[in-house]
Amino acid sequence: MELLRYILRRMILSAFVVVGVTFLVFIVAQVVPSDPAALYAGPRPTAEQIEKARQELNLDAPLPARFATFAGAMASGDFGISYKSRRLIAEDLRAYLPATLELAVFSTGLALLIGIPLGVVAAARQGRWPDRLGSLGSIAAVAMPTFFLAMLLQLVFAQWLGILPLSGRLSREISIAAPLPVVTNFAMIDALLAGRLDAFVDAVKHLILPALTLASYPAGVAMRLTRSAMIEILERRHVVAARALGLSEPRILFGHALPNAMGPALTVIGLSFAYALTGAVLVEIIFAWPGLGRYVSEAILAKDFPVIAAVTMVVTICYVAMNLLIDIAQALVDPRVALS
Amino acid sequence: MPLIDIRDLSVSIPTPDGDVHAVRSVSLEIERGEIHGVIGESGCGKTMTGMAVLGLVPKGARITAERFHFDGEDLREKAQSLRGRHIGLISQDPAAALNPVLSIARQMDDVIRAHRDLPRKARRAEAASLLAATGLPDPERVLKSYPHQLSGGMQQRVVIAQALATGADFLIADEPTTALDVSVGAQVLALLRRLVAERGLTVLMITHDMDVIAEACDRATVLYAGRSVETGPVEAVLNRPGHPYTRALLAALPDAAPHGARLAAIEGSIPPPRSAIAGCAFAPRCPQAMPVCAAEPPPERVRGTHRWLCHLPEDAA
Amino acid sequence: MTKLVHRLGWPGTLALGIVVLFVLVAILAPWIAPYPAQGAGAPNVIAKLRPPSADYWLGTDHLGRDILSRIIYGTRVSLTNGVLIVAFSLLIGLPVGLAAGYFGGWVDEALMRGTDVFLAFPALLLAVLMAAALGPGFLNSIIAVAVTWWPWYARLARAEVLVLRGQPYVEAARLAGVSHPRIILRHILPATGRPLTVQAALDVGPALLTAAALSFLGLGVLPPTADWGQMVDAGRKFFPARWWYSAMPGLTIFIVALAFSVLGDALRERKGGAARASH
Repeated sequence: MELLRYILRRMILSAFVVVGVTFLVFIVAQVVPSDPAALYAGPRPTAEQIEKARQELNLDAPLPARFATFAGAMASGDFGISYKSRRLIAEDLRAYLPATLELAVFSTGLALLIGIPLGVVAAARQGRWPDRLGSLGSIAAVAMPTFFLAMLLQLVFAQWLGILPLSGRLSREISIAAPLPVVTNFAMIDALLAGRLDAFVDAVKHLILPALTLASYPAGVAMRLTRSAMIEILERRHVVAARALGLSEPRILFGHALPNAMGPALTVIGLSFAYALTGAVLVEIIFAWPGLGRYVSEAILAKDFPVIAAVTMVVTICYVAMNLLIDIAQALVDPRVALS
Repeated sequence: MPLIDIRDLSVSIPTPDGDVHAVRSVSLEIERGEIHGVIGESGCGKTMTGMAVLGLVPKGARITAERFHFDGEDLREKAQSLRGRHIGLISQDPAAALNPVLSIARQMDDVIRAHRDLPRKARRAEAASLLAATGLPDPERVLKSYPHQLSGGMQQRVVIAQALATGADFLIADEPTTALDVSVGAQVLALLRRLVAERGLTVLMITHDMDVIAEACDRATVLYAGRSVETGPVEAVLNRPGHPYTRALLAALPDAAPHGARLAAIEGSIPPPRSAIAGCAFAPRCPQAMPVCAAEPPPERVRGTHRWLCHLPEDAA
Repeated sequence: MTKLVHRLGWPGTLALGIVVLFVLVAILAPWIAPYPAQGAGAPNVIAKLRPPSADYWLGTDHLGRDILSRIIYGTRVSLTNGVLIVAFSLLIGLPVGLAAGYFGGWVDEALMRGTDVFLAFPALLLAVLMAAALGPGFLNSIIAVAVTWWPWYARLARAEVLVLRGQPYVEAARLAGVSHPRIILRHILPATGRPLTVQAALDVGPALLTAAALSFLGLGVLPPTADWGQMVDAGRKFFPARWWYSAMPGLTIFIVALAFSVLGDALRERKGGAARASH
């Protein structure tokens, strides 16, 4: 019952946030830029062309009316057309969003897989070398500029060792010579659906470096949060009690203490997901990954505001939805959350 | 041979500001089948003595003793392996002793699994029967619950059931009733007495409450400033206390004071845990202190199995 | 010195040293750069893309400019960037947090829900959107990051005020009829200011990192002004064959961000406070 009320409350708050986000994006994308009509009209527009664009974009209407139109369009999934390519933005999103989500999901998984066990070990060996080494590594991971790490990884794994591809999402041998039928736009899933093991392996290989780049910062944060949570938990009486009851040390660490640290772990999922979604802008450029990040970075150079606004909206809504799911998961893992 | 045989135990914890003498000199003999109370103010070393028996002293702590035996085995070497198998703990605050995010079923199961090789179903049945043995009316419902859904008394029964699940026959009960209502606490003490009688357990009862000693214990040892100052059968300790500190503790009991009179609190405070003590640690607070008390360690006075340390002659007690 | 080491530990002291060193480098750039003119942007076409050597310690870029000099001049932009982002963010976040915490009720509710909206964005994305709308440039990129940054300070300030508001001396001042602005200025601001300033000083590192990301995307200062993020981006075209062009400024950003991070850890550990994940 408390849980239900809690979930409802979170959902209402999220809906409110989405409205606020829409408003903010509207202001930044449609009001701040000096003259969207000139941009819309194309290169070197005449006065008539600009005037026509003004009418087409409804720029002369009062602000509240313009916002209503904007919000209505966003809600119905109509993101308008790109100034630059004149293509429907919604179609572009369908092509690019899966690539970015693929990256985000894998890097988040990687971050948790690396960060949480390291945090547990560091807490269990507090003050000794595994802890010091791990803490140093996590600080370095957090301070590392994403774009620099991406280039370092390319240098080592693609250039020197030659074991992973430098960039792209699929090799030419696959994407051009024997292309996959596009079903979901998730390369791995499409490869499996087509029963193409070679394409699947190829897709995974291409994913490793960009996912690793995006995982480094959240893995560092995950390690630190897990470590500090575990140190606090390991001092609690129920851990002492578990020892006194003769439970083995790994059982205590992973079976008893770690479930209490699920709160921070879930926090990291949200953080990591957000980081992947935004870091994608940098990482996708460097790894030539055909996702939202590269799409938006091209739009930035062209001042293609409808595209920038659409991507910001979609990504932010993904992020808000993710946070909502995490809040609910927190309450399910720890029944006391819903009570506070 | 007593089950627990401790002679002159000390535990000190090094800190940047000097060693903390948590336990200075504790001697303790506990016979099989008895409930042995250890009583003293907070900071007297009673909990640390229990933790030392469990091998759960803080990192870096130094343990020295003339004898430190459980069932003839040296606890300095064997505490880790005895803990959980032969020695169990019933914690002070049951709400804190239970893992808040795991179900009772999972927590019971973990303990049973650590000690016995049983199939899943049998473990579940064992968990339910142990909970029933602690007087919980609906074990199946309790198993499905999380700690915060149970009352304090129920939580403490679960903690006791966990201790029983280890198969340990010696339990250290660290203030098992402090966090509970008086009436619930009395029920828990009655339960412990019953379990001792039915299962042949031995219990070390750590408490600061003379009522608990009177209600549940067979023998008692009084600790002051990390030293055991008096030990004997409960009737003797309560009715003919030897050490002035024990007398002061008894006088501080609410029903010992005449109706309406002020509680006879003990003047002064315990010596700081870092300082060295030359004579009797209680001397500065003792109403009957003599010059010799502060200078020399007090001799042992013996009356049957009732013994205490004091400079005052035996008949003065 | 020994007192400092005792307070911060060796890593913390070293990190503080690095931060101070970079501040000095920024101030003294024209005097310590081996080629001040190139640092300021003058091309030097006879020495394009040279690897590190005795003449050019960290190599040269595609216009033949000494990378060390460019990095030294870039220190000015990067540090000012970091400091100004934090300063602007404080300027917005502090009053919002103070008002929300002090007045409570609907003021609090309205301000904090507004803050939530800003926090709902993945930070870098909002900054990119802002920077794109404002156009590239030094000040614009700072404003763009500050827009995503201030809500953290609003939250922090609010939390501090909530503690202070219950203090007896604040109660007393209120009962004595002291006006709200006066109470905030005299009693609340000084006490909130200190922890917030420490946090803000440490945030210069992450702020600088975000600013570098923006200029990597071409949304920071415009060439020929030297800027680390932009240098990494410019060097990308020649990567990995001329690795030093990107690697040297990239490494510099890493070192500065690391120093701030280690320093922050050292301070927090001594105070025993909780770590905040800021991004």
